Amino acid sequence: MRSSAKGGVGMQLRTWTSRRLWLLAVYAASAAVLFCAPLMLSDFRLNLLAKFLAYAIVALGLDLIWGYTGILSLGHGVFFGLGGYAMAMYLKLAASGGRLPDFMDWSGLTVLPWFWKPFESIGFAIAAGILLPALLALILGYVTFRNRIRGVYFTILTQALVIITTTLFVGQQAYTGGTNGVTGYSKLFGYSLASPETKRWLYFVTVGVLIGAFLLCRFLVKSRFGKVLRAIRDGENRVRFIGYNPAIYQMVAFAISAGLAGLAGMLFVLHVGIISPSMMGIVPSIEMVLWVAIGGRGTLGGAVLGAVLLNSAKSTFSESYPDMWTLFLGALFVVVVVFLPKGAAGLIGQLRGIGRRKGRESDERTSGVRNPAV
Amino acid sequence: MKSRKAKSGAAVLIALCLALAGCGTDNNKAASTDEAAQTTDSASSSSGGEIKVGILHSLSGTMAISEVSVKDSEMMAIDEINAKGGVLGKKIVPVVEDGASDWPTFAEKARKLISEDKVATVFGGWTSSSRKAMLPVFEELKGLLWYPVQYEGLEQSPYIMYTGATTNQQIVPAVSWLLQNKGKKFFLLGSDYVFPRTANKIIKEQLKVEGGELAGEEYTPLGHTDYATVIAKIKEAKPDVVFNTLNGDSNVAFFKQLKDAGITSKDLTTLSVSVAEEEIRGIGTDVLAGTYAAWNYYQTTDTPANKTFVENYKKKYGEDRVTADPIEAGYDAVYLWAAAVEKAGSTDVEKVKNAAKGLEWDAPEGKVKIDGDTQHLYKTVRIGEVQTDGQFKEVWNSGDPVKPDPFLKGYTWAASLSEGK
Repeated sequence: MRSSAKGGVGMQLRTWTSRRLWLLAVYAASAAVLFCAPLMLSDFRLNLLAKFLAYAIVALGLDLIWGYTGILSLGHGVFFGLGGYAMAMYLKLAASGGRLPDFMDWSGLTVLPWFWKPFESIGFAIAAGILLPALLALILGYVTFRNRIRGVYFTILTQALVIITTTLFVGQQAYTGGTNGVTGYSKLFGYSLASPETKRWLYFVTVGVLIGAFLLCRFLVKSRFGKVLRAIRDGENRVRFIGYNPAIYQMVAFAISAGLAGLAGMLFVLHVGIISPSMMGIVPSIEMVLWVAIGGRGTLGGAVLGAVLLNSAKSTFSESYPDMWTLFLGALFVVVVVFLPKGAAGLIGQLRGIGRRKGRESDERTSGVRNPAV
Repeated sequence: MKSRKAKSGAAVLIALCLALAGCGTDNNKAASTDEAAQTTDSASSSSGGEIKVGILHSLSGTMAISEVSVKDSEMMAIDEINAKGGVLGKKIVPVVEDGASDWPTFAEKARKLISEDKVATVFGGWTSSSRKAMLPVFEELKGLLWYPVQYEGLEQSPYIMYTGATTNQQIVPAVSWLLQNKGKKFFLLGSDYVFPRTANKIIKEQLKVEGGELAGEEYTPLGHTDYATVIAKIKEAKPDVVFNTLNGDSNVAFFKQLKDAGITSKDLTTLSVSVAEEEIRGIGTDVLAGTYAAWNYYQTTDTPANKTFVENYKKKYGEDRVTADPIEAGYDAVYLWAAAVEKAGSTDVEKVKNAAKGLEWDAPEGKVKIDGDTQHLYKTVRIGEVQTDGQFKEVWNSGDPVKPDPFLKGYTWAASLSEGK
């Protein structure tokens, strides 16, 4: 921001303000589109969009640590799932109305386990849905980053976390609902989850949370904290020699990212009505990374874009070609990887660059995603 | 920096517009009629000489291997009915969706079929997990699901028709038969999920009252393939019977390793409830010959309806294909629904449900009847022994179709199992 200190101050300032204006216009228009969506979409499509927007929140968090800090986590399904389960536990207890949740009954429990009790309070559930994943990430970060475990070794550890957690959740059927997961909810704050009004409301909440998460990430990325994160990505040892402790920054970024995933998981449960270990497994965890990769790593807008676009594509393909949609999705991945290494956000940059070569050059100079982070 | 931000922002906007445009086009017209369609009847699904029905099975992922065959038999039933003039003089048009072996996807697609496609009914699901995921959607949108697979019971949704067996039509009679014919010492082996756990809970209660003895109980994760430890435990426990509720691939590993350990079907009786003709094809007849299974239907079941069913199925999908219990139950479901619609003179869910009560049909498995109270089928229980040609030889059947009893209310020993309801 302070780069316009000397020389063509006027010109710099002019492009800076015009870009800023344009950017603002884009954001305002995006928000407007999101807020108008209920007028254009049927209840079902709105519900789907809401789910995609919840995914976009995970993507933002992942981008924060992958795109900006260079830590690849293939374990975000766990954080997403923990958030989901926290909300699901509250909803299940609310739906059971004082009785034991049905799956505990089948599994032979007679009293509610102690750790389920606090989830009768929605406040506790929401707090747990964000803080539990963040805490888990903090602990994992503490034992890894402090010991300078990074790169692919860290990624493998996150995969291990996924396997441990899903095995635990599947095995403890009496406490977690096993492979079925937790489903069969009825009310949130006393409002029926089935009513279209509640769904529309939840959609707006999701849009609000997404905007909030976006602004938070933007603030972080632009702050001094964000600069250190990027410095860690590009040269961890240098950062250390300058006198920063990268481990602390990595831990905090990882925890924030996990908290965002937990938040997204809670919203997901409200829209979809079920959480099961399959949502926190290896495949979804990798899919989450794909959203960021396809949307454009290292740009927050790209992460949101990737999550929405890829999931829209998945739904559309599978509805149109139920027998072979996976092939189309695979083809899409190949196309993006081969032709759009910077993801969909990069494509927009390339298109603009054709018209404005100069802009493209400066973009390439500043773009930090050239070095693969892993 | 700035420009990169701006670009990504623009990208988001464009994507959103695309997504909305993509979604929006075909829905504007549907949205206006939403309310009316949801509250009263599914008129739109039966308009224009066509009746839309949903078919929702896993066509990709781990469950695809089992579920694709059920989809095939349901499509065959639809074709057959259409060839005879359809239902209410209208053609049945299937809308196929892929549940992708993923439970939330089942919920999403079920919602799509009911509220977007406005299908008259849905045939679908295999795993209990997928059914549990779809159940709230069907109850919320008042759709009707026909679920074709045997399951663990203890469920009775007003918006689900269960055409597979519940526990008293498969597991409970199988345990009694084993106790009378094969021995008292039972070893329970299952995959770690809701069906085996619930089934074994029931079996343990039953063993207590019918004079059986529990020699051991083991669960392995879905997809588990190393059974050395379990087999060692079986050898040590020396049971008369292994009651096998393993699912999918695990069966292949377990039976092969059992054979490698030198235990043949002569030394040890195994009875499986998730191994049918399709699975035998995958595991190999040499390994399975001599083991038992409990179902309501085998490809060899001797009824006139089954002869045509097997013939048509092979003609349509290939000589190497086999029919099996869930495949037949899916086929039944389509015919039963069509009969109920004819009787009701409407595709309206409530009317169809009413008309379905007490409806009888000569299925390939023999006579079946919809029990109005539970929305399950009266089914004949059959125990079969695997032959060297991969087919079953029926060694026992219940004679008459057994009344479904999902909560096992007719069994005093089962009182503790169903007290939650």
